[in-house]
Amino acid sequence: MLGFNAIVFIALAYVVMLFAVAFYADRKARRTGGAWLRGPWIYTLSLSVYCTAWTFYGAVGNAARSGLEYLTIYLGPTLVFLGWWWILRKLVRIGRAERITSIADLVSSRYGKSSAVAVLVTILAVVGSTPYISLQLQSVTLSFVVFSGSTDQGQISELLVNDRANVNRIAFWVSVGLAIFTILFGTRNLDTNERHYGVVTAIAVEAVVKLVALIAVGAFVVWGVSGGIPQTLDIIANSPVGEWRPEPSRWIGLTFLSAVAIICLPRMFQVMVVEQSDESHLATASWAFPLYLMAISLFVLPIAAIGLAILPDGANPDLFVLTLPLEMERDWLATLAFLGGFSSATSMVIVAAIALSTMVSNHIVIPLWLASRAGGATVSGDVRSVVLMSRRVSIAAIVALGYIYYRLTDGSTALSAIGLVSFAGVAQVMPALMAALFWRGATRRGAIAGLVTGFAVWAYTLLLPAVGAFSAEMLTFGPAGLEILRPQALFGFTGMDSLVHAIFWSIGLNTLAFLVVSLVTFPSPLERLQGASFVNVFERSGGARGWSGGVAATEDLLVMTQRLLGAKEAQNMFHKAAVEQGKTSGLPDPTPDFVNVLERELAGSVGAATAHAMIGQINGQASVSVQDLLAVADESAQMLEYSSQLEEKSRELEQTARQLRDANEKLTALSVQKDAFLSQISHELRTPMTSIRSFSEFLQEGDMPEKERARYSQIIHNESIRLTRLLDDLLDLTVLENGQVELHIGPATLRELIDRAVAATGAEHLAIDRDPAGEEVVFNTDSDRMTQVFINLISNAAKYCDAEKPRLKIAVQASDHMIEIDFIDNGSGVPKDKESIIFEKFARASDQSAAGSAGLGLAISREILARLGGEIRYIGGRDGAAFRVSIYLEQDSLAAE
Amino acid sequence: MGRSVLLIEDEPNIVEAISFILERDGWTVRIHSDGATATDAVARTNPDVLILDVMLPGRSGFDILKDLRRNGATANLPILMLTARGQTKDREMAESYGVSQFMTKPFSNAEMLETVRALAAEAKT
Repeated sequence: MLGFNAIVFIALAYVVMLFAVAFYADRKARRTGGAWLRGPWIYTLSLSVYCTAWTFYGAVGNAARSGLEYLTIYLGPTLVFLGWWWILRKLVRIGRAERITSIADLVSSRYGKSSAVAVLVTILAVVGSTPYISLQLQSVTLSFVVFSGSTDQGQISELLVNDRANVNRIAFWVSVGLAIFTILFGTRNLDTNERHYGVVTAIAVEAVVKLVALIAVGAFVVWGVSGGIPQTLDIIANSPVGEWRPEPSRWIGLTFLSAVAIICLPRMFQVMVVEQSDESHLATASWAFPLYLMAISLFVLPIAAIGLAILPDGANPDLFVLTLPLEMERDWLATLAFLGGFSSATSMVIVAAIALSTMVSNHIVIPLWLASRAGGATVSGDVRSVVLMSRRVSIAAIVALGYIYYRLTDGSTALSAIGLVSFAGVAQVMPALMAALFWRGATRRGAIAGLVTGFAVWAYTLLLPAVGAFSAEMLTFGPAGLEILRPQALFGFTGMDSLVHAIFWSIGLNTLAFLVVSLVTFPSPLERLQGASFVNVFERSGGARGWSGGVAATEDLLVMTQRLLGAKEAQNMFHKAAVEQGKTSGLPDPTPDFVNVLERELAGSVGAATAHAMIGQINGQASVSVQDLLAVADESAQMLEYSSQLEEKSRELEQTARQLRDANEKLTALSVQKDAFLSQISHELRTPMTSIRSFSEFLQEGDMPEKERARYSQIIHNESIRLTRLLDDLLDLTVLENGQVELHIGPATLRELIDRAVAATGAEHLAIDRDPAGEEVVFNTDSDRMTQVFINLISNAAKYCDAEKPRLKIAVQASDHMIEIDFIDNGSGVPKDKESIIFEKFARASDQSAAGSAGLGLAISREILARLGGEIRYIGGRDGAAFRVSIYLEQDSLAAE
Repeated sequence: MGRSVLLIEDEPNIVEAISFILERDGWTVRIHSDGATATDAVARTNPDVLILDVMLPGRSGFDILKDLRRNGATANLPILMLTARGQTKDREMAESYGVSQFMTKPFSNAEMLETVRALAAEAKT
């Protein structure tokens, strides 16, 4: 038989061939030709990425162990494609319309572009896919091991048991090889639409190889080994395979699971939605793909039955496809079978890793990278290399996870069991995804609640037991003896198959959480918008399917192009296009090709999204999606950025000018104020000085009657006192205003302060109503200063109250936080227009300068209260003049009482 | 003799001083202390000389001066303006409005009497 080295060489040669195919397809696709590359057949074949090593090797193993149960894995997808392909069509339509790049992108896009949802789905997809990738590693490793060992089946088993180090080494190199292979395939270039024509074509080739290989082995087994169909049926009837007893719960559970998986698996989404280039391909796939599934499952049962019959006991049924030809010494057939299995595994790993790395990169790595650069990502080339690098690292990490899972499970689990763990994991996306398509009421919080719940229950009931994270004791008696939480019999549901149990609880609780939270929360505007556009995607005319259906008038396009590119350039471009269309004069026809060229041209100057939206509107296909609008907004924002920088500059200049103007005005105002102040002081000083000078001159004249002499002396004396008081007040105010005043704070009783003030004022003609009870309040203050305020207020009332019988009421209101003392007289009060100025220096409400003060009293009172933690204000709307003194108490000053 | 002065001033002691200076020289001194009704008082009393304070309750002396100069009857009335503010620009303003004499407080009694006499003599000739 072929040796290990030979099979490695064949595998490498096969990979090189796939590269050639991919390279050729890429080039073909890039030039306008190669329409068949984007045709329905390549699409259908690429869907066969569903059929992995699990199908190729594992289905036979599954059949050998559980009879016809393996069919459920094909039944689910078949039902979806035949019966519910309208769901797929909706998915595909939304994917195109919204320019979706992955399943995480689609779900998050629906739920208001929520990055939390995107990250959740990404993590779910990565964790869910890990067992699956490990399955591929295991099967490729096994197939290599088969070739490295002897044809003797017993020895292979021994080798697996005895030489784990060797097997693990093979598994490691297989992982490395797959990672490199995927990186080379999947990240050769970066396409904004995430389409990989080369990869898809190579996958299609692999699809043919695996189908041909399996049919060839099957045909060989039926006609070459057992001798014909009737004999084969006999063998099946007599083998354990034929004794299959249907187990309805598992049958239904698995069919449901595989139906969900074909929609939710990241790699299926990748080939079905992202890589898809024409919606009509789905029509072909809806019958051709089930046919492919039927063909590939056709010989599973015969191979399993005959393998069990011929091969020695203990042979791994997962390898019958390979070991049967080897047993019969058909090297070429074994090699073909090996390539078939190799194709199945590599195609799965490549597509899954591409899909997952797109998600990881787009939703986790790049956001983190952008955040770490704090919005500095303006150089597109820069971003590009980072995106490629993050994808490559993600691919390596994803394959590495698969390898780790393989080592954790010891590579001993049956292939199909591993696959089912994965299916159940990715199926958790289903409620959020289906609601995205059909339920406008679904909310982001609901989606998050469902995803988290489903993921947790799945991990607890299926993944963790599968990787051996729980002890047997834990599985039997539950965590900390809580039987109700036994991972494989949740809430006391015993007697159920562990897989069905896990599906039931994880999907059930997932859906429940999703529904309940969605119903009690409200969607954001963007969610509502996206919800409507997802659910009603078919109501939009045209869709984003290129411009083939367009009816754009060339004149309109020309007008728009001229506006954007300038008249001359636009006319040149249209003329050139007309010549290319074979016209000698006039405008070109608005063919799809021309419109596409035009869009690209415009994109160069206004950005892709804007160009798309503009042409879409002229084309009468006003399918401007939210994404389009957001992209337009982004582009506009970049342009605005520049113009706003200019605006910023001119704003700064304006501001500087305004500041200068303000400063000038302030200076002027200041000097005007200073002028006014000096004038006032001058007036207040010169007035008494005038009297003093005049009357002292009279006295100097001598021969003055005694009566006049006495009178004039008195006037001089009074005016001198007035002058002194004015100077005192001025000094006082200056000290207070400059904060140089020294306060002597201590406890004081309000009553005593008012008593002192009344006594000092000595205004006998003014009747004062006091509030003896209210005045019994003790607080911390500067007694002299506070008394000064009261004196000022009482003497103001004495001077200015114009009532026949002047009366002043002093009312007190005290609370924990403040004391309010009102001084209300029964005069005519302060005229309304003067209320605002009475606290200014030299302001007198009345015109009686004779009142004998300079009008500094209230200004001084205001300053004193500011220093003592209070305020004074005039309260209008009373009958007479009413002032309120408020003293704010510190928390503990009343407690001193 | 019939020489009369109208004194528009609100400070009682100053009113008393000026009245004493002029009355013992034989002047008839009439007194008005409110700015708002000052022009009416001028029209009513028809003085030979007007002494006008700047800072008056009700109306500024400058405004009164302006009004008086616009009015034909008082366009040439000798007006002595008194101010305690003591700023040169007040003097300039008063002169621009056509004041006859401008005096800053405090003043000497002799100066006051001389100024009033001179103003009255000027008007006569």
